Amino acid sequence: MNAFLLEYLPIVIFSGIAIVLGAAFLLAPMVLAPSNPDPEKTSAYECGFNPFEDARLKFDVRFYLVSILFIIFDLEVAFLFPWAVSLMDLPEAAQRFAFWSMMVFLGVLTVGFIYEWKKGALEWE
Amino acid sequence: MSSQAATPARSGSVLTGLLIAAGVLSLVLLLGVAVYFLFSSIPEAFWNSPAGWVAVTTGQILAFVVVLLLSLAFLLYADRKIWAGVQLRKGPNVVGPFGLLQSFADFLKFALKEVVIPAGSDKAVFLLAPFITFLLAFIAWAVIPVAPGWVVSDLNVGILYLFAVSSLGVYGIIMGGWASNSKYAFLGSLRSAAQMVSYEVSIGFVIITVILLAGTMNLSGIVENQRGWFWDWHVFGGGLAGLPLTLVMLPMAVIFFVSFLAETNRPPFDLPEAESELVAGYAVEYGSTPYLLFQIGEYANIVLMCCLYTILFFGGWHPGFPTGAENWPPVLASMFGFGVFAIKTVFVFFLVSIAKAIVPRYRYDQLMRLGWKVFLPTSLVAVIAMAAYRVFGPEIA
Repeated sequence: MNAFLLEYLPIVIFSGIAIVLGAAFLLAPMVLAPSNPDPEKTSAYECGFNPFEDARLKFDVRFYLVSILFIIFDLEVAFLFPWAVSLMDLPEAAQRFAFWSMMVFLGVLTVGFIYEWKKGALEWE
Repeated sequence: MSSQAATPARSGSVLTGLLIAAGVLSLVLLLGVAVYFLFSSIPEAFWNSPAGWVAVTTGQILAFVVVLLLSLAFLLYADRKIWAGVQLRKGPNVVGPFGLLQSFADFLKFALKEVVIPAGSDKAVFLLAPFITFLLAFIAWAVIPVAPGWVVSDLNVGILYLFAVSSLGVYGIIMGGWASNSKYAFLGSLRSAAQMVSYEVSIGFVIITVILLAGTMNLSGIVENQRGWFWDWHVFGGGLAGLPLTLVMLPMAVIFFVSFLAETNRPPFDLPEAESELVAGYAVEYGSTPYLLFQIGEYANIVLMCCLYTILFFGGWHPGFPTGAENWPPVLASMFGFGVFAIKTVFVFFLVSIAKAIVPRYRYDQLMRLGWKVFLPTSLVAVIAMAAYRVFGPEIA
């Protein structure tokens, strides 16, 4: 195995330990605690009366909109990461080119951001 | 006040506490001696083999996890004590001296409770959700350097790893809310997911400004970039030549603090579990250890963010003045670094606690407006300003 992948091996061991620990926590009450479910106990909480429909109801489209916007901006941040790391390692002229090209990229996204702001995609009340 | 009446009991509990501490200490010493003799009988060649390497790494990770769980237990206690102090209450004070063992009593209580799985729920996903939250909150700790050289895995893309793992954190909550098949849980998880992703974006931009200063994504490298005096810390622009950057970095530090409160569903942004509106949000159907796993995951995330805050802005294990610790024996330097790091992290956690105690809860539309219309544009402008200063401004050592 090469040295690069070897750096990630402790993370795999760490996840293994976390999985064992989490499973132990989950299994402990199943062994230690009593278990006598009845229909009243296992019905969903609904302010004192019985739930009369499936809880997975229609929800506001704005939640969906937020997740779409998140994908756009998170991708933008993901593009910025390698740029930010290598920017200062470049020679002078290339540095300026890198700076201005990223400004163009951010400018395009800012136009989109202003558009969705004006359209009211960010309004919640 | 009732403090006079409580004095005899208090002195008795102090004595018990001292006895317990002495017992634990001697047990640890005995164990240490036993382990030493056990290990000294193993030949040298074993430690150089791959199996030996795995054994050592596993031991180190186990030690790390034990220390982490113990500090989480005491930080949880500290959180409740601070909250109580602000409200002029006593807080937990029954279990152990000053109530110090409250978290352990709570743990035992959770472990002895019946696991109630709602009849209409998706059973596998219902149990998987807290498990995922716990797992993700823990493996994120793998890249946090707590002292020089004390890190489970010193990845060169440490920040990217943290960013990826904390993005996945949404899954635990949304799975829990969906699988419960309860309206409160469902609405709570939707709110939580939207809130977490909204603030993730501004956290990303703030991290970019730090990377522009440090030039690396390796967390140890970011801390080393802040060695020396306190004006070398990133919050003050990472050096005397960067001092004007305080104007950018100080607001960024504030934005990061507020964003991580929102990202970890911490009050004043605890809308997913706003108990007056949504009972307990995504966790309403949970009890026993599944709930405990959610809770541990949440606290592990909060403390992780406190550590990250210290590392990114406040110099990590560097105390803010030259100490010459590089010339000390490595173990001593690491111990000293760990002490400094722990003090800074606990102080940040104290601020988080105080914020919970004194700030009223936000409304959901205010929360979304703050995230998308204030923090996002501000941090975007800050990234541009920082890049311009780095490219056209003076060299920062």
